[in-house]
Amino acid sequence: MTEVVFYIFAAAAVLSATLCILQKSPMASALWLVSTMFSLAAIYVLLNAQFIAAIQVLVYAGAIMVLFLFVIMLLNLGHAESDFRGTSSVAATLVIAGLLAIELLALIHYTPRRLANEFSQWPTFTDPATTFVAGQVTQQEGAAHGVVMAVAAPLFQVYLIPFEITSILLLAAIVGAVVLAKRNV
Amino acid sequence: MLLGPSLALSAILFSLGVAGVLLRRNAIVLFMCIELMLNAVNLSFVALAQLHGASGYVMVFFVMTVAAAEAAVGLAIIIGIFRHKQSVDLGNINLLRG
Repeated sequence: MTEVVFYIFAAAAVLSATLCILQKSPMASALWLVSTMFSLAAIYVLLNAQFIAAIQVLVYAGAIMVLFLFVIMLLNLGHAESDFRGTSSVAATLVIAGLLAIELLALIHYTPRRLANEFSQWPTFTDPATTFVAGQVTQQEGAAHGVVMAVAAPLFQVYLIPFEITSILLLAAIVGAVVLAKRNV
Repeated sequence: MLLGPSLALSAILFSLGVAGVLLRRNAIVLFMCIELMLNAVNLSFVALAQLHGASGYVMVFFVMTVAAAEAAVGLAIIIGIFRHKQSVDLGNINLLRG
């Protein structure tokens, strides 16, 4: 059952992403990108990451895409005028993206068991359950204390300093956006 | 567990993002394709977090923060360019060509 739902949303995500890069109008592209992000949020739920799914909808589909739509409307870019590159560029794109896809699609063969074997560098069989303890600890903690705490505990303990540096990054982004968008630059 | 299919979906979405960046000349659509690539990477982080624990989720957090900051600054730059050139077509933006 989970597999069927996963493949439905995966197909929706790929279809929306394809339409996103092929639409002439930036507005239509943005709306198809929102559709991709919602499909990805559904897939996150299937992968037991409910909190990430929630902030995917809030931050990506909510905040970032609204920013994009605001800019598209502010610059009055809604008209469909083709901005695709020429034939040679299309051929080059197909070759580059196709090669990249073929290269990366080899990852489909990865199962937890194979990853555990490579991870422990042991020629014989290794049980994924013993190699990847951390994942199960997270699942159990999520079941015991809620999925938010399973994310928040490492964020505010192990990754506290990167988290604080993030605030400086956001401050720099705010100042940068204000300075760049001022009238007389 | 769905590890392999998730990684494959991530690969397809990332390739589509690369194709979009190479195919389009509209700066805003280009930015959206970059967001698509960041989303694809997030998906592989979440898929592997099933095995490696909550570090993957924390990484997704940081990627989202960087994406938000990048979108804010990038769109401000696009607005600045639009004021000068009345266009966001990358074919018209060639000041650095020398």
